[in-house]
Amino acid sequence: MHVNSTIEEKESVTKQKSSLGVRLFFIYSIFYVGFVILGVFHYELLSNTIFGGLNLAVVYGISLILFAFLLGVIYDYYCTRYEDQAEMEDQLNIGKTL
Amino acid sequence: MIYDISYTALAFFFVFVSLVIGLSFYFGRKKSNSSSYYAAGGQIHWAVNGIAFAGDYLSAASFLGICGMIAVSGFDGFLYAIGFIAGWIVALFLIAEPFKRLGKFTFTDALNAKYNSRAITLSASVGTLIISIFYLIPQMVGAGDLVMPLLGLPHWAGVILVGTIVIIIVASAGMASTTYVQFLKGGLLIILSTVLTIYILKNGLNSTPEFEGKPYHSFIHLKPQVNGDKIVSVPDWEVIGQQSVGKKTFVKLSSAGVERWFDWTVKDGNHLLSETLTITQKADGEKLYNGEVKENRKFYQVGHLSKIIVNGQELDKTGPLGPFEFLSTIKESDIVRFLQVKVVDGTDQVAIYYPEVTSGEKFMLPGLKYKIGSDASLWSKMDFVSLMLALFLGTAALPHILIRYYTVKTPRDARKSTILAIAAIGGFYILTLFIGLGAGVNGVMDVESSNMAAPLLARAFGAVLFSVISAVAFATVLGTVAGLIVASSGAIAHDFIDVYLKKNLDDENKVKVGKIAAVLVGIFAIVLGMAFKGINVSFLVGWAFAIAASSNLPAILFLLFWKRTSATGISASIIVGIVVSLAIILTSPTMWDKYGLGAENAIHQLENPALISFPLAVLTVYFVSILYPKKAE
Repeated sequence: MHVNSTIEEKESVTKQKSSLGVRLFFIYSIFYVGFVILGVFHYELLSNTIFGGLNLAVVYGISLILFAFLLGVIYDYYCTRYEDQAEMEDQLNIGKTL
Repeated sequence: MIYDISYTALAFFFVFVSLVIGLSFYFGRKKSNSSSYYAAGGQIHWAVNGIAFAGDYLSAASFLGICGMIAVSGFDGFLYAIGFIAGWIVALFLIAEPFKRLGKFTFTDALNAKYNSRAITLSASVGTLIISIFYLIPQMVGAGDLVMPLLGLPHWAGVILVGTIVIIIVASAGMASTTYVQFLKGGLLIILSTVLTIYILKNGLNSTPEFEGKPYHSFIHLKPQVNGDKIVSVPDWEVIGQQSVGKKTFVKLSSAGVERWFDWTVKDGNHLLSETLTITQKADGEKLYNGEVKENRKFYQVGHLSKIIVNGQELDKTGPLGPFEFLSTIKESDIVRFLQVKVVDGTDQVAIYYPEVTSGEKFMLPGLKYKIGSDASLWSKMDFVSLMLALFLGTAALPHILIRYYTVKTPRDARKSTILAIAAIGGFYILTLFIGLGAGVNGVMDVESSNMAAPLLARAFGAVLFSVISAVAFATVLGTVAGLIVASSGAIAHDFIDVYLKKNLDDENKVKVGKIAAVLVGIFAIVLGMAFKGINVSFLVGWAFAIAASSNLPAILFLLFWKRTSATGISASIIVGIVVSLAIILTSPTMWDKYGLGAENAIHQLENPALISFPLAVLTVYFVSILYPKKAE
């Protein structure tokens, strides 16, 4: 019933990717929770003008959107590197055996 | 609002819908087995899938709901955009690849991959069905709203139209077609929103916004003679009566046989009566717009700036503005919003929409809808936190989003798809801030429904832009509804009938049962779409996210990150998540109001359940897994 076969991947690569994902998730969560806490406990700070005539609420909100994308790109970059490294090691090992 | 049929829009609409149906039949011819029906055979390119992800996600709630809420409640609408995008972080960093590695094709299958438990199959498929239905309701409500100005049809007709088209699409083709439809729609939506934003910035701000030679309605202000708390006389008008609602007082005046309602305000000791918009439902069924019949066209689109301040100077209008300038000018200016109250006047039911001047500073901060300042109640602060929690944790747990993880070949492709989706969705959400604000201040708002903010703003810029945007928005609803119906039919036909009831259907029968289930869910969605008319689209979606976050996410996270998680723990957590979130929703002030019992009499004041239901579901999966560990299964 599987749609696609699961791709064989080294346990170590899976672990590397997973721990990177968890770390990035926590980094983003800190900023997201920061926004919510600011709203609930220090509401008045959100009205401070930060730059370009925009208040903290707008700057923080747009930054959270851009930050999500930035972390996504970082995540993809490192995951691809882990996968490529593992592939290269595999090829080297095959080379050695030959 | 009073809508006319737009023939240009009609033409675009038919071209678009024909294209969508044509595409689905084209791909439908190719499909042959159940995996291509449910997950497009795992053969979709990652870039197509990424934009299709965006297409799935940018539902009626995003395009219609967020823009509408920003137009009416300012920054509070943008909270949804922030929460929706943050949800992708959970999906990408924690769920996407581990799920892909499990290699299953419905949410239930993935959750059950390690256990093969019938309890999980049953609870997860029921969960999928309930979340899909809660997500379907706002889509159908949005469809009805959209069809009114597009085709001049009543709300219910729009709901039936969408339902029928989607049933045809899904029953004929399945997931392959919906992926390409979503791709097309997602791409077009982003392009068109960019065009609309450019128009808004180029147009600048104007305190009397005029479009295509149609001047903005000049609202009447009258100076009354007052005695105590009574209006005694008004020049050229006859005083009929007055009614107080909370702190507001509305005065009914008559002139030339037409009765109108005015908002009584006192500023610096001066009394002023300001023109309102009213819809009067007479006892005999007749409906009057501002005291006159519909054909007289005395009901206006509204929303404008009463004061425009640029660099400390007050202006009537600005020229073209840059994006930062646009946002900062609105922050410095004053916005006139129209708020609703309902009064009973003899045998008439009157909905009064009165002007309320809001400072741009307040408009650009959270608090107009979700009160969180120092004067806010604990309930309303809890509501804000609950909403932000539901949006953050709900995305990854939506069944129709998860299903797309399986439509590309490798985890690497799934990852790239998701990042492309974040870029597309994030870009779109930043644009919604401009579109929503643009709609709020350009005199295009329909006071009866904020959902039409974006399409009506497009109409101000020209019939063609309106037509294309409406057609794409309609396709947005079609695509999302199709995806949800596929997910629901998968839950019924595959999870419940095939796996839970152990019917062991062959491939052909599985597709057949799936299609029958799709038709039934489609009909059910039509009925609900009509029943929930008038409720805010984004608000309803917030509920779907809360249920998804509570029922699915604790189960998924524990399954992936805690080895001791047991099958009993997972199914118990799903059940607790669904039951608690549903119980809170069904007893919420909004539902109490729907039941006719009055929102203020509700047994609690929490609108969004996630703050309570999510932690409870987490505790359940943890403690039940300890009490009923894996070995005992």
